[in-house]
Amino acid sequence: MSTECLVEVADLQVVARGDDGAEIPIVKDVSFSIRRGEVLALIGESGSGKTTIALTLLGYARRGCRIAGGRVAVGGIDVLAAAPAALRDLRGRRVAYVAQSASASFNPALRVIDQVIEGVCVRRLMSRKAAREKAVGLFRALALPSPESIGERYPHQVSGGQLQRLMAAMALMSDPEVVVFDEPTTALDVTTQIEVLRAFKRAIAQFNISAVYVSHDLAVVAQIADRVLVLRNGEIQEEGALEQIIDAPAHPYTRSLMAAAEPSCRLTEEDTDQSGKQPPLLEISNLIAGYGECDRAGMPSARVLDDINLTLRRGTTLGVIGESGSGKSTLAYVIAGMLAPAQGVLRFAGKPLPAEHRKRDRDLYRRIQLAFQNADKVLNPAQDIQTILSRPLRHFERCAPKEVPARVARLLDLVELPSSIAHRRPGELSGGQKQRVNLARALAADPELIICDEVTSALDTVVGAAILDLLVALRHELNMSYLFISHDLSTVRSICDDIVVLFKGQKVDACNPSTLLSQPRHPYTSLLIDSVPEMRANWLEETALRAKA
Amino acid sequence: MTLLLSPRRIGRFFMSLSGLGRIGLIVSLAWVVIALFGSLLAPYGMMDMSGGKVFASSSLAYPLGTDFLGRDLLSRILYGARYSIGLALAATVIASVSGTLLALVSTVIGKWFDEIVCRIVDALLVTPSKILALLVIAIYGSDLRVLVLTAGVIYMPGAFRIAHSQAVGINATEYVTVARLNGESTFHIACREILPNMIHPMLTDFGLRFVYNVLMLSGLSFLGLGVQPPYADWGSLVRENLSGLSSGAPAVIMPALAIATLTIGVNLLIDSLAVRRRGGARG
Repeated sequence: MSTECLVEVADLQVVARGDDGAEIPIVKDVSFSIRRGEVLALIGESGSGKTTIALTLLGYARRGCRIAGGRVAVGGIDVLAAAPAALRDLRGRRVAYVAQSASASFNPALRVIDQVIEGVCVRRLMSRKAAREKAVGLFRALALPSPESIGERYPHQVSGGQLQRLMAAMALMSDPEVVVFDEPTTALDVTTQIEVLRAFKRAIAQFNISAVYVSHDLAVVAQIADRVLVLRNGEIQEEGALEQIIDAPAHPYTRSLMAAAEPSCRLTEEDTDQSGKQPPLLEISNLIAGYGECDRAGMPSARVLDDINLTLRRGTTLGVIGESGSGKSTLAYVIAGMLAPAQGVLRFAGKPLPAEHRKRDRDLYRRIQLAFQNADKVLNPAQDIQTILSRPLRHFERCAPKEVPARVARLLDLVELPSSIAHRRPGELSGGQKQRVNLARALAADPELIICDEVTSALDTVVGAAILDLLVALRHELNMSYLFISHDLSTVRSICDDIVVLFKGQKVDACNPSTLLSQPRHPYTSLLIDSVPEMRANWLEETALRAKA
Repeated sequence: MTLLLSPRRIGRFFMSLSGLGRIGLIVSLAWVVIALFGSLLAPYGMMDMSGGKVFASSSLAYPLGTDFLGRDLLSRILYGARYSIGLALAATVIASVSGTLLALVSTVIGKWFDEIVCRIVDALLVTPSKILALLVIAIYGSDLRVLVLTAGVIYMPGAFRIAHSQAVGINATEYVTVARLNGESTFHIACREILPNMIHPMLTDFGLRFVYNVLMLSGLSFLGLGVQPPYADWGSLVRENLSGLSSGAPAVIMPALAIATLTIGVNLLIDSLAVRRRGGARG
């Protein structure tokens, strides 16, 4: 590795035009350099400017943003001063970009191979034939299955993890000197993420690529980066070699990031002792549910849940974990009454729970509340927070009309939001605040069970950790029971008393957090456990060795 | 809508528009004022034939010249604004309100009801609208009420389709699901959860539909099937003065210009409404 600097960024300033036309700085005086063959990670929560900084390497600022000052040089070329033709050449040949959502970046109407080689063919860097051969070589290097023929498929015919690797192949076609990876594994399941990370790491070493890796996940970054830049509100908080950031973080913000990512148990020993003695609140036995038309035996054509049995005790948290397509959201719909099961018995607080929603009475609606994942879509944008929170209070007659404002204020206090927020609309709140309002609305009904469907998945690590703390605090305060659905093993482990593992609609494992690691588990559970990245530099290599052994 | 808001909010609304949008708003408001008070502003009566010669060009006494009977054209246009704008507005209100409500009801009830309503509206949608209008007028005669109702019915399916796609999208959102799970009434879901979120695109659509209506009613009048003489909207003004075209009389151009400024003005306004910066007057 030479010491020559390939990328140099000095005093970079990016401004965004606000609603009132005034310009707000979103990146302030950022300077860094990348040596040839080095991977620099930009890490921070959303809104920290990490993607904005990465995009300036391509001389690009998103709509409404403007690069206001500073210097960006890639291989000696001043990117910000480059003419449009030179900039096109730079983007096509020397700097490449891998976006977060590969499925949104591929044209669904064209074959994958044509899109992968399009860039170099349009630029006449190589003939179509040579480009196809090179693409196949890259597919092989990225460990894609059947590299000769996978390019002939359409984007919907390959999996999300494969598409992400195909996109990396597209970026590597022109032998770029710098590759910008923009959260390439964030949208993937843990078991897929590990494969993609492994492929990326090998390709980076093989082609001696310099890269900028944008992520909010320190554990992922630990596997792939050489140096780390910690950002917050567009300013550099800390910069250092990977080992130094992980082992001895100097800045308080880095330490809080580390603490949020650290798998910690939020339940006390008393909780665990108590939870075993509680009476069951929700019992599900032999549940079969699915979608599509029913056959003669009354079984749906697409069976999503197959023979599920589980018990949730009052005042405890039951974690349901599985990757996308495992049927965990369908389970939430069945319990909430949105989907009638084909077979099976549900019992709630000792009484049978009617399968169909309209056969339940209003009191049952109140006692089981559902909190969705996407806080953006879950609050009516036309109503202010006061209206949203007072609706369940009035609807379920939880208090006299005069007391509604006071109750709303108490609910906001309960979810640790300032009462001034009551007159704002959801669009004016941050993601974490919206998720808190979402929980407050569920709490307004005085429920006995809250089904949390991926409530922290769309949030940053730090914000998500605060929501988890809130859930545990509410449990202690109100003796609340949760069915906590997630794809993330570490969050489930930190707040749940019992864990159920779903795999392709079947319950493959059930345990509690303490026995999760100590006892031998079902192979799929072990795979899940092994796939969660740990914050150690050589974890990826170690798991590869373990998998071989 | 805007007139009902406080002056401060009108000011904020005005400032939130783009430059072209402000021009559009001023032009549209000017025409609305003329439609309301045109008869008071007109220098001559609508039927006043006392004046100068036929197809005169503009002079101090007749600012826009005279028509084929020597009547003052400015007065004719000012009187005609009431028909052109008033009829189109009434027809558009019928089309947009009925389309939105029908879409809302059919989405919330859903299932077979939705299916039936959609197919009926689709059948209306594929019927050639101008020919349908000609047919209705041929059967029932050219009465103003018939005109308004026909135009309303013809433009309802378009409004329904837009409102329906909005409502279906909102109906599937999580906040509507939560309301449904809480056992909220259908009425509450329709009026509180869905309607407020689809009203904004429907207002934009209202403006667009209004322009179509102005053009169609003017077109019918041009064919002699709309407003009947001696009353005249802008379309019939163009038609009755058509014989002056060869002599280059302003009498043909001016009503056409009136139609053009109104439609362009409203279009500019609604285009800027669609891209308006957030934080202006909402609802």
